[in-house]
Amino acid sequence: MERPDADLRLDAAIARHAQEEGALLPILHAVQREFGCIDETAKRRIAAALNLSRAEVHGVVSFYHDFRERAEPRPVLKLCRAEACQARGVEALVPAATRAASDRVAIETVYCLGLCSVGPAAMADGQIHARLDDARLAALIEAMA
Amino acid sequence: MIIRISDDAAALACGADPVAAAFEKAGATIERVSSWGMHWLEPLVEIDGHGFGPTTAADVPAILQGRADALSIGLIADHPFIASQRRLTFARAGRTRPLSLDDYAATGGWKGLERAHAIGAEAVLDAVTASGLRGRGGAGFPAGIKWRTVANTPADRRYIVCNADEGDSGTFADRMLMEGDPFCLIEGMAIAAHAAGAGSGYIYVRSEYPHAIAKLTAAIEASRAIVAPFVLHVREGAGAYVCGEETSLLNSVEGKRGEVRAKPPLPAIEGLFGKPTIVNNVLTLAAVPFILAEGATAYVDHGVGRSRGTMPIQLAGNIRHAGLYETAFGVTLGELVNDIGGGTASGRPIKAVQVGGPLGAYIPPSAFHLPFDYEAFAGADALIGHGGIVVFDDSADMLAQARFAMDFCAVESCGKCTPCRLGAVRGRETLDRIRSGGRLADVVEALPQMHNATAAGRVRADEVALLTDLCETMQYGSLCALGGFTPYPVMSALRHWPEDFGLPAVEDAGQGRVAQGV
Repeated sequence: MERPDADLRLDAAIARHAQEEGALLPILHAVQREFGCIDETAKRRIAAALNLSRAEVHGVVSFYHDFRERAEPRPVLKLCRAEACQARGVEALVPAATRAASDRVAIETVYCLGLCSVGPAAMADGQIHARLDDARLAALIEAMA
Repeated sequence: MIIRISDDAAALACGADPVAAAFEKAGATIERVSSWGMHWLEPLVEIDGHGFGPTTAADVPAILQGRADALSIGLIADHPFIASQRRLTFARAGRTRPLSLDDYAATGGWKGLERAHAIGAEAVLDAVTASGLRGRGGAGFPAGIKWRTVANTPADRRYIVCNADEGDSGTFADRMLMEGDPFCLIEGMAIAAHAAGAGSGYIYVRSEYPHAIAKLTAAIEASRAIVAPFVLHVREGAGAYVCGEETSLLNSVEGKRGEVRAKPPLPAIEGLFGKPTIVNNVLTLAAVPFILAEGATAYVDHGVGRSRGTMPIQLAGNIRHAGLYETAFGVTLGELVNDIGGGTASGRPIKAVQVGGPLGAYIPPSAFHLPFDYEAFAGADALIGHGGIVVFDDSADMLAQARFAMDFCAVESCGKCTPCRLGAVRGRETLDRIRSGGRLADVVEALPQMHNATAAGRVRADEVALLTDLCETMQYGSLCALGGFTPYPVMSALRHWPEDFGLPAVEDAGQGRVAQGV
């Protein structure tokens, strides 16, 4: 993060939600949307704003799969590998997808996008895609890279 | 001419937007509606009640010129998949625009809330109790008892929390309802708030459902005045499966790690921020407007035994007619999978069906006579859970599925209790040893005189005994359903498909197995 502009943006993200009941999760989402991650500085400032210890904030950040402590510079493809997509053959798509992505696209596993009736499914930069096969998945990854 | 196309996530993921854009480009008027739930036909295009699907943008000229017979399914409402359902919760699916207050009111919306205000809180509690409505999230606890407990617990504040953390693979009914009929959920929560004397509520939605979050946020804004003074918020989860467990969910809403809480105290007595809280699933709350509007008796008339009303069943995985099928309890698993679902999408024989999400048992075709009913499933060591059915064809490797269940539990465990946190990791390792023949190399080296096959069998039997013991510890020693139910998929896979674990196959694949339970 670049300071001090980043500090202002950080404080604004915190202030947007600080008055809510149980404000920590909304704040963490807001910070991650703003910066792509929740770094050490963010944890300390959030802790100060909510009167929590830095350890408590770290404990929450590290508990949830969504939160990152370092930003992911690459585009992210979230591939569903839960049972319904397994039953429709997602595992067979993984090797080719991994090759296609190489180091240009990050492939992450997600357990269920709620598209279990039209799998295999993936979310690419927030857009959802279903009925994937090798060709469609490769095209998707190519379009992201 | 108005063309109706769904904007449900399943339709969008199959390419509904480009189809809608192509129609608009051709000068047609588009109405974006909820999905009928016939997902194998998405993107489904509806013109004057006639359906065409699955479509692509390239089909648009043919449809407009009346040359798309190959895609035509006739009148949607007459399609056997729709006509054979009993839709109470999903009565509006496919028929209304999700964010249209006019559509909602024109289809009976807010009638339940009006009646709730007219008859008073006590009578609402009576109606929900009399309806026999049980929690649709999996546990099946009677909603009326929970609501009354919250209403009767002295407190300065009470909350309504909707558990919309639909993390089970094979389930999407909550998502469809939130995206397709968000006012129905809001109305159900407002009725619950009126009955329990709650001022505010939260809908906890998983972050994997951005479309549901967007629809709910807009619907809450649009209906703010109607449900006032009840105030409703959407709270976004952060990718933790265990937050579907109600006490984890409450911790998460409070801004804490989503670790489970020991019960008691029950959330109905000490829930969100320590206050009495109704925690119900999306479908439970969405069933309430019907009960209030049409009366408890109308609801009880559906179903069998102690499973009253209807259940939105989700047909998923390798199944031809995948989608949402709402019906009264009592239909058999085989009817659902074969008659309604049309068998596998791959055309190969069915090997296993997992019911109730990643913590549900794998059921072989020999048990397809089981009726869909909480007690019947429990009696067969299986779960209905949230009503998700995932079909696998004969290419499935049940040892791999058992390993996945353990792996999933290891990844998603909140870490609070040892049987789940460590048991799942040890379970995964044990299954890996069963796969590789166990510590066979060591054993054979130590006992060169022993016949290899015998040694392999003995080691494998030892590992299977260890796995069984481990599952028992997890089942009875875990604090919540994640650790406690992971043994269901593992042990059912082992029991019904021992050959996949390198053990002798069960001789009688038919009635013999079923007699011992699923």
